Amino acid sequence: MTTQFQESIETALNNGNLTGALGRFSEAYRISRAKAYEGIDFEAVRDQIADIKCSASSRFEELAEQFKLNAESRGAKVFRTADPAQVKQYILDLAKAKGVQRVVKSKSMASEEIHLNKALEQAGIEVDETDLGEWIIQLAHQTPSHMVMPAIHMTKEEVAEVFSQEVEAGQAPDIPKLVKFARAKLRPKFLQADMGITGANIAVAESGSLVIVTNEGNARLVSTLPNIHVAIVGIEKLVALVKDIQPILTALPRSATGQLLTSYVSILSGQVPNPDGSPKELHIILMDNHRSDMAKDPMFKEALQCIRCATCLNVCPVFRLVGGHVFGKTYTGGIGTILTAWFDELKKAEDIQGLCIQCGSCVPVCPGKIDIPGLILELRRRLVVEKGQSLAMKAIFGVVNNRRLFHSMLRMASVTQKPFKQGRFIRHLPLFLSDMTDFRSLPAVAAVPFRDTVKAIAQPKGGEKVAFYAGCLIDFCYPEMGESLVKILNKAGIEVIFPDEQTCCGAPARYNGAYEVAAQNARDNIKALLATEVSHVVSACPTCTVALKHDFLETFKSLGVTDALAEAQQLAAKTIDFSSLVKKLVDEGRLTFKEGETLDKITYHDSCHLKRTLKASDEPRELLKQAGHEIAEMYECDTCCGMAGSYSLKLPEISAPILERKLKHIKNTGAATVAMDCPGCVMQIRGGLDKDGAPIQAEHTAELLSDRFL
Amino acid sequence: MSATFEAFKTRAEAVSAEVHRFATQAEALHFILGFLREAGVSDAPQCGAVWAAGSFLDGVGTADLRLRAPGLRFEVTQEASAAAKVGISQLDWAIAGTGTLVQDATAVDKRLVSTLPPIHLALLGTDRILADMGSVLERLRPEQINYISFITGPSRTADIERVLTIGVHGPERLLIVVVDAFEKVPA
Repeated sequence: MTTQFQESIETALNNGNLTGALGRFSEAYRISRAKAYEGIDFEAVRDQIADIKCSASSRFEELAEQFKLNAESRGAKVFRTADPAQVKQYILDLAKAKGVQRVVKSKSMASEEIHLNKALEQAGIEVDETDLGEWIIQLAHQTPSHMVMPAIHMTKEEVAEVFSQEVEAGQAPDIPKLVKFARAKLRPKFLQADMGITGANIAVAESGSLVIVTNEGNARLVSTLPNIHVAIVGIEKLVALVKDIQPILTALPRSATGQLLTSYVSILSGQVPNPDGSPKELHIILMDNHRSDMAKDPMFKEALQCIRCATCLNVCPVFRLVGGHVFGKTYTGGIGTILTAWFDELKKAEDIQGLCIQCGSCVPVCPGKIDIPGLILELRRRLVVEKGQSLAMKAIFGVVNNRRLFHSMLRMASVTQKPFKQGRFIRHLPLFLSDMTDFRSLPAVAAVPFRDTVKAIAQPKGGEKVAFYAGCLIDFCYPEMGESLVKILNKAGIEVIFPDEQTCCGAPARYNGAYEVAAQNARDNIKALLATEVSHVVSACPTCTVALKHDFLETFKSLGVTDALAEAQQLAAKTIDFSSLVKKLVDEGRLTFKEGETLDKITYHDSCHLKRTLKASDEPRELLKQAGHEIAEMYECDTCCGMAGSYSLKLPEISAPILERKLKHIKNTGAATVAMDCPGCVMQIRGGLDKDGAPIQAEHTAELLSDRFL
Repeated sequence: MSATFEAFKTRAEAVSAEVHRFATQAEALHFILGFLREAGVSDAPQCGAVWAAGSFLDGVGTADLRLRAPGLRFEVTQEASAAAKVGISQLDWAIAGTGTLVQDATAVDKRLVSTLPPIHLALLGTDRILADMGSVLERLRPEQINYISFITGPSRTADIERVLTIGVHGPERLLIVVVDAFEKVPA
């Protein structure tokens, strides 16, 4: 991590205006988005969009040529180039030839990507952004912090100050007055401009049409008043057919701003008359800038399905804390990380890719069906391949990959932690390790790991066998969770076996881009877990479950490993999470709840992997209710707690405020217990509650259920 | 048709458009002339109104209208539109599901009257309201029409502190005058 990047995070976190505005927005956004999609089958719409865009990116060359042919037959001039420098040169040459002195622009991310304004200004051309947010940013000499709301990081006081300094002194921080002021000051610029520059949201090959979406009406003025119209369009905006417009326009305004449709949508196809009756010059620049390279990449092709709605920013628990500027100058948030790596260079994404907490919140709401966290993980992997792993990480993975060494070090830790241990917590660590215990206490390593305690449990023999994959946290910190699981399954007559050769699930290595290490972990575990014939492999850690069920296969596929695929599939098919298995046993009548129990009111925290990858959110709730608990749902129950494995160690300054929000929402329910299905979340939330002093228990569902069955 | 109109009206009003429905063209005209007076349209500078050509005006004596509404003109230019308080144009279709008006806006006067004046008064036949965007795009085909405008409520922004503010660069008021008997020209 560069110092500059670290400083930009700290600056953002200490900007109360920014975190306040983004926090409030992210809360309001969820509601307005849900309302806008009422009566719409979002899954069907995004399937259509993903198909349309995926098919388009498979044939950019063909569609670009078809677009050019059709637009030119209707009087436009189409210039195709891969090179941002040529885009700028084309516009400068045109401006010179036509004697252009004044340019008005409506919003275009493509123009920001190539820093067009700077080039125009250097050529002595006056250029004004007309989208209000973009104009504010331009006057303030800043870059947009959000793709849809470029000035979301500024308060009305700051805007008034910028207007007063840059345009006309004495502007008051009154929003309607500031908007009127912008209208009055920009109106003459529209009327006097010689050239209008726009972007486009969609480019239709079949008809040579551009679709432009705005709320302010500035694109209508920019494309109507000046005698020359230049549209800069990234080739990823191409679609084949006119009928492809509707699904995209169904999702874009709903996802971007919670509107059914923006105030204005214009479909421009070819030449139109100018106000003086002359035919307007229309120049369309189809810009590639690495988009066709992306289309050739089997993994990153998917990112071209983006419709630039910025949902992935709006639902991101990290974005709402740090805002856009931390991400760079043009594209921000999750998708911005990916676009920056391609349109700029992979190296530019080195620091920002680490911001992704891998919670998956953006995945179910992306209208382009892009697996943004998955692609960021792939960036991480490629960065490690290209630049190598840091020495510290190498040392850690060296240990993780050596099961005996790893396990003996963990056992040793239970001895060496003694000076810092208070009950079941480590509350303070010295020196550079203190960041880890600043905002939450850490669990003490158990004196006897689960792998040893399990041997002492008398279990039913001769019936069904299930293999238990404990994972590091349960094995070495929370053996009682494993013991609860054994107790419950035993009640159903099932013998739980613990294959001793199991080792780290590989998630830490995978999430840090060390796929070779993760692959070795996968091989070791597959061997250990398939050695005995069992009906299921169960885990009480959703991250481990996802590793066994999905990640082993994905890691092998990424590395081109084929010899272990069949066994990985076999393991995946057998793997199930704790709550889903117990729910199944209850439904089959093999487990029966004790009757007439009335237990405490509790609240439930959805762990990222359980809810969004394993899709189990009803199962644990159902079990806890049947056991006799009343569930008081917390606000944002499925928002990440900030743990995310080593993330909380690498970026504790981000992990801590995410946890703080989570604790606030837990406390607001008034429940004395918060249940969850993930030992990692228990570590984060229990540790946070301990530091906070709140009299609330954080428990794994297995612990809450262990005495509830007959 | 009434259900479709009501759906359209609900959606349009939800985005701050003002919807008025009349049975006949004569009643609509009466309303428009009254509105222009109330809005302060006159011969004075910056107080004009501009009306873009459309079938609503067929058979209506524009010379007579000019007399009855001083400041109203039918020769639409950039200058006249920039100086007008009210712009009037006829819309081709509407979408009930989103409260949207749709227009073949290739003729520049239609765009000038609906972008530059602070008030846009839009005329629409009641039978022109369709269910969705797809139905509109079958009738106004981008393959054939060079500029199609979709208008949903007045101009808006939320770029400062996300506070919704109406009327940035386009009209701050959108009046939609829906007429049942659009074709029946008053005697």
